[in-house]
Amino acid sequence: MSESPVILKAQNVHKSYRMGATRVVVLKGVDLLVREGEFVAIVGASGSGKSTLLHILGGLDRPDKGLVQFQGRDVNRMSARELNRYRNETVGFVFQFYHLLDELSVRENVVLPAMISRSITGWLMMRRRARQRGEELLEQLGLRERARHKPYQLSGGERQRVAIGRALMNQPELLLADEPTGNLDSTTGSGILNVFDQLNQAGQTIVLVTHDERVARRAQRIVTLVDGRVKG
Amino acid sequence: MYRLILITRYLLKRRITHFAIAAVALCVFTVVVVMTVMIGLVGGFKEKNHAFVGDCVVGTESLVGFPYYEEFMTLVEHSGLVQGVSPVVKSYALYGTEITDNYDNVEIVGVDPVRHSQVTNFAQTLDFNGHQPQKAFVPTYDANLPGCILGINRVSRPDPRGQYVHYDAPFRASVTLMCFPLNAMGALVGAGTNPTVTKRFYYSDDIHTGIAAVDFGYVFLPLDQAQLLCMSGQEKRINALYLKFRPNVGLQEGCRQIAELWRQFQADKAGAPNSFLLEGVNVQSWKEYRRAVVAPMEHEQLMLSMMFTLVGITTVFIVFVVFYMVVNSKKKDIGVLKSVGASNTGVLSLFQGFAFGVGLVGSCVGIFFGWLFLTRINQIEQFCYKHFGIQLWDRTVYVIGAIPNQVDPSALAVIMSCAILACLIGALVPSYLAVRLRPVETLHAGRM
Repeated sequence: MSESPVILKAQNVHKSYRMGATRVVVLKGVDLLVREGEFVAIVGASGSGKSTLLHILGGLDRPDKGLVQFQGRDVNRMSARELNRYRNETVGFVFQFYHLLDELSVRENVVLPAMISRSITGWLMMRRRARQRGEELLEQLGLRERARHKPYQLSGGERQRVAIGRALMNQPELLLADEPTGNLDSTTGSGILNVFDQLNQAGQTIVLVTHDERVARRAQRIVTLVDGRVKG
Repeated sequence: MYRLILITRYLLKRRITHFAIAAVALCVFTVVVVMTVMIGLVGGFKEKNHAFVGDCVVGTESLVGFPYYEEFMTLVEHSGLVQGVSPVVKSYALYGTEITDNYDNVEIVGVDPVRHSQVTNFAQTLDFNGHQPQKAFVPTYDANLPGCILGINRVSRPDPRGQYVHYDAPFRASVTLMCFPLNAMGALVGAGTNPTVTKRFYYSDDIHTGIAAVDFGYVFLPLDQAQLLCMSGQEKRINALYLKFRPNVGLQEGCRQIAELWRQFQADKAGAPNSFLLEGVNVQSWKEYRRAVVAPMEHEQLMLSMMFTLVGITTVFIVFVVFYMVVNSKKKDIGVLKSVGASNTGVLSLFQGFAFGVGLVGSCVGIFFGWLFLTRINQIEQFCYKHFGIQLWDRTVYVIGAIPNQVDPSALAVIMSCAILACLIGALVPSYLAVRLRPVETLHAGRM
């Protein structure tokens, strides 16, 4: 594994937020390397900056200082269009609270990233292929019978599997998961982690954020964040 | 594609959207109904005034009038511009009837009924002689008596529905008209002796133009009789020539050419006796000639349009509030969309498309119910009058028949465009706020 090329690199990443009159420094020079096909867990106490780091890695936020590179490209220097494309095609996000769109069915939620990146005509031209990919994901995640349901008709575990399906729709090179089991009971959470295991075994690069050591132990490598820095 | 799906779902599934649509529909309904009625009234009133005077008027404000009109009529008729010319004498008289000794003031109009019917809708507005205007001044009960045409309100009164009693033939009745004839200098012809000329005329027909001043206060006389009354056998003068242009002659261009002809005619007549009277003559389109009558109604329409601007502002505010609420409730969705690659333009167009949808659906609903209401507005008014005694206009006071309900497609297009524009404007700030939203602000578990 160690010989695999580096897919993601964070170097001396700083981030702070204004909270009222004070400025809260969250990341104080984080360094991180993720290789292709790796399953990395970032652990740390609440407020240690895990989620902030994940958002910066996924292009949802920008660091105050430092470098984030994906396959050698500086994410911070990407234009708005390139950043949208990066979020759409290169990374897939799984959130603790699923964040599904209630107006869309399970199937529509899953194929949403494919719809977003295309115009109406573009979508009409490739919708069959996208739907086929969506059906494959639903089958793979055990959601085939739930395809026409709305998110609010699903259990927590099912919703998280829909979120995973959505994250995988455009076959991203990097899967970022923010406390994916944080809102689930241990059995359901374990099922979700099994899905991550299977994906990783199939070659998927995964960076998972958790405060739960048991969850983190499912990863190949654990990175611990303490007080805004990587420990050790 | 995702925008189309989400817009459709937001429109169909969200109750607050339904309130926004209902608000837009209600505003559009109000505007459609009131504007249709108002446009109908103003348009109808203009059309009646147009039909009453023809396309162009060569006339003077002075009661003295102007001479040499027959020569100018010949000139105009040979110009190829007009399909009819009608000389008109206009003056005032005291009006008495057999019933009462009291005198009332009226406006007398002297016309050649055949010529006048070629230029105006004179024949169509006559009660009895519409098909034979040449007999309009011949009383059916005695063809040798001098006839006159009275405004319909002088012989009948409308019932509460605006309907007049119709007789099979004019009844025998006479009116006395007392005039003060003027000479070319504007002085009373009989000054020092008896300045008045009094003559009795017999009711031969009545006229119903839909113009209150005419139907209440006008008396039409044969042209030569009016000249005798107003000019007392002096040189033949008139106060106006009413012209009807050929169909291929535009109003402005026709008026311009007639004005040119008149200037030439006036120059040719320079030095002729009483030619100074030609100087006070103006060439005007019917719109200019009747401006004093039409302008107040146009002003009312303008005031109404300004009031509807307030309705538009209200719509913008309602849509703003609704969209502000929608954006606030959809912050998570916006974050999700951005996290999977939606652009700022995509988010902006999502909410602007949503606003467009609200405007489109709302205005379609408003227009449909407005149209439905308008098609039945007269029946509704009749029902209200029959059961509750309520009328939109008291027909015994206002010269209004049926309530205008002809929907103008171009007005509908304008109203719909304005409603959609109002929605887009109302949603602009909330859409911009949605665009400005950073995904981490809504997706970070710690900030939820």
